[in-house]
Amino acid sequence: MSFKQIQEQANVEWEAFTRSQPLRVLVGSATCGRAAGALEVMEAFEEELGKRSLTSRTGVYEVGCLGMCYAEVLVELTGADGRRILYEGVSPKSVPSLVDSHLVEGHPLLDKAIAVMEGDSLEGVSHFSQLPNVEHQVRVVMRNCGVIDPTRVSHYIARGGYSGMHRALSMTPEEVVAEMTASGLRGRGGAGFPTGVKWGFARKSPGDTKYVICNADEGDPGAFMDRSVLEGDPHAVLEGLLIAGYAIGASQGYVYCRAEYPLAIERVEEAIEQMREKGFLGEGVMGSSFSFDIKIKKGAGAFVCGEETSLMQSIEGKRGMPRSRPPFPAVSGLFGKPTNINNVETLASVSAIMEKGAQWYQGFGTEKSKGTKTFALAGKINRTGLIEVPMGIPLKTIIEDIGGGVPDGKKFKAVQTGGPSGGCVPARFMDLPVDYEHLAQVGSIMGSGGMIVMDEESCMVDVARYFLTFTENESCGKCVPCRMGTQHLLKTLTHISEGCATPDQIETMRKVGDSMKKGSLCGLGQTAPNPVLTTLRYFEDEYRAHIEDKKCPAGVCRALITFHIDPQLCTGCMACAPACPVDAISGEKKKTHHIDQNLCIRCGSCRQACKFDAVVVN
Amino acid sequence: MKPTSTEHQFDQIFLNHSPTRDSLIPILQDVQDAMDYLSPEALEAVARYLDLSENDVYGVATFYTQFRFHPPGKHRLKVCLGTACHVRGSGLILEGVSRRLGIVPGETTEDGNLSLERVACFGSCALAPVVVLDDKVYGRMTTRKTQKIIEETE
Repeated sequence: MSFKQIQEQANVEWEAFTRSQPLRVLVGSATCGRAAGALEVMEAFEEELGKRSLTSRTGVYEVGCLGMCYAEVLVELTGADGRRILYEGVSPKSVPSLVDSHLVEGHPLLDKAIAVMEGDSLEGVSHFSQLPNVEHQVRVVMRNCGVIDPTRVSHYIARGGYSGMHRALSMTPEEVVAEMTASGLRGRGGAGFPTGVKWGFARKSPGDTKYVICNADEGDPGAFMDRSVLEGDPHAVLEGLLIAGYAIGASQGYVYCRAEYPLAIERVEEAIEQMREKGFLGEGVMGSSFSFDIKIKKGAGAFVCGEETSLMQSIEGKRGMPRSRPPFPAVSGLFGKPTNINNVETLASVSAIMEKGAQWYQGFGTEKSKGTKTFALAGKINRTGLIEVPMGIPLKTIIEDIGGGVPDGKKFKAVQTGGPSGGCVPARFMDLPVDYEHLAQVGSIMGSGGMIVMDEESCMVDVARYFLTFTENESCGKCVPCRMGTQHLLKTLTHISEGCATPDQIETMRKVGDSMKKGSLCGLGQTAPNPVLTTLRYFEDEYRAHIEDKKCPAGVCRALITFHIDPQLCTGCMACAPACPVDAISGEKKKTHHIDQNLCIRCGSCRQACKFDAVVVN
Repeated sequence: MKPTSTEHQFDQIFLNHSPTRDSLIPILQDVQDAMDYLSPEALEAVARYLDLSENDVYGVATFYTQFRFHPPGKHRLKVCLGTACHVRGSGLILEGVSRRLGIVPGETTEDGNLSLERVACFGSCALAPVVVLDDKVYGRMTTRKTQKIIEETE
């Protein structure tokens, strides 16, 4: 079958999905949706539709993630009038009324509706593209997430998928490399190296056997964009890998995905099978002379394997330890052959760029940072989730307009970008344009795009200590600066959080951090001191409060705080006492309770249990 | 000598992998899927199949946190300590559960019912704090809610 025929067939299937059945139910069931109960909601729909004999008239589908994790479970319903309405916070309990009201009677349920996806507007409900958190977004990488059924290749093809590969095959590999260079796309895994230039190196390397690898070892705690794209639109990534393979002259591709993402692995496995059936893999891709195959390798839980030389060691069946460069992977990589590694998001951009052209992609972003970037917004923010914005968007727009600000009326303090390799950007840089250059200027990095928002109750020493606990644990131990440096920084931070450090230790931390940056073998060690160095740069007073006044201003570091019950607020409801694991709380019903400071272990259980905010931290 | 049933199981797994070094981690993953952990016998069998030293195989297996060398409990509770979960108090959950069960992360309760693990990130940060019980993800957890789901396993 020619590609044109495949496209025509896919269009017929896509039409059937969008139009032919009178009623349709789409349930967002990526990992985050499932955690909120998406599969139970889906079952409830099938049951309720069955009861009303609507099963044959209704299509029920799983789709990926729209990125609005705060509103899960998200369900999109299409009634007989063809209007598509998105509902938030759907539980199995709300399913019967949704079915009756929207699908049977044709009246959308206004109190649960969050947006109109398509069709006439509805009173008090915005159109999806006009939602405050959506209007600033531009979806390139996430173009199909939550829109198509990720288990059907036809949906991807009907939405323009694989036409990028088809176009690439009509060009020479050198032309494809040039197109990628012209697009200005930079690696989305963290370092931001121009993708086209990287491909050019691997292209020019002599050798018959070359490899391309998709790095899906998304290890940064707080980043989940790669998982979301693999779960919601696996073909976008695989097509990118295919194009990369053609451009550099590789015949074998690998997807290295962390084992903690079972659903993503399942989706990629399915997608590879479908590619084979359609003739997009194997001998003579799309009838050309280019042959290519893809294998999946599951990571085994080592953060350092996100580093490209470690990742290759791991695929080879060795301990995932980095090695010094040069030689660069483009010259000597996997099994000693020229190898090109790109991250998931980069490859999902590649397929879009080849479909629509470098010119189109250049239209987004700033002069040096082209295109769009996905961010995982989490922490102390109202609308947690995944967003995709043009490069250079002000930080303020992300935090306030898209994220909806900090919850419970608390004050925004800082945002941590770039995970364990990044830094904390304080509130005073709210107008900072978010791109590679500006983040570097303030001492942080873009990284893979995790953004953890902190409020006044987040302690910066604790945050730095958290990241160093992580990097100290994940340091592979091969080079001294990283192995000893992370240990030293963690030990000092622990002392500070316990109020037993001396002021001169701040300077020592700076020196150690600086040596780690200069002397470590790989990115892990070179960037591990960033969380310490940036918090020291912007929040030194907080460090000094711990060291000199023995106080934790945010009320987090346990050795320096005490819990008390405010007699004004305590109602004597008896909720806190049973929650206390050490029986430190006494008091009678309807009378003020009291915490015995000698027994209290400051675990915070009482504070979690209290409904009246009567447990206060001093 | 007739092969024991365990040896037979190893052979079945090996059938799906070529005896080359790059098969090492996939084989260890499959063995752990089948046996729940990597026993000394398993490591020995893998080493023999791939013609590597046991030392080498053990070295690789211990490098990766996914691999266990002791049988896990009937149920497995993983508490996420990712950044988003951390700032939303997952450390307190882990501590509370640990205190209640009388075990530290990496251990299994005496009756073999539950093992406790800490995980760096599940990528479900928007639902932080997250715990995972037997592969089911629970979002927006508290110490109390976690104890409730533990009680259901008992």
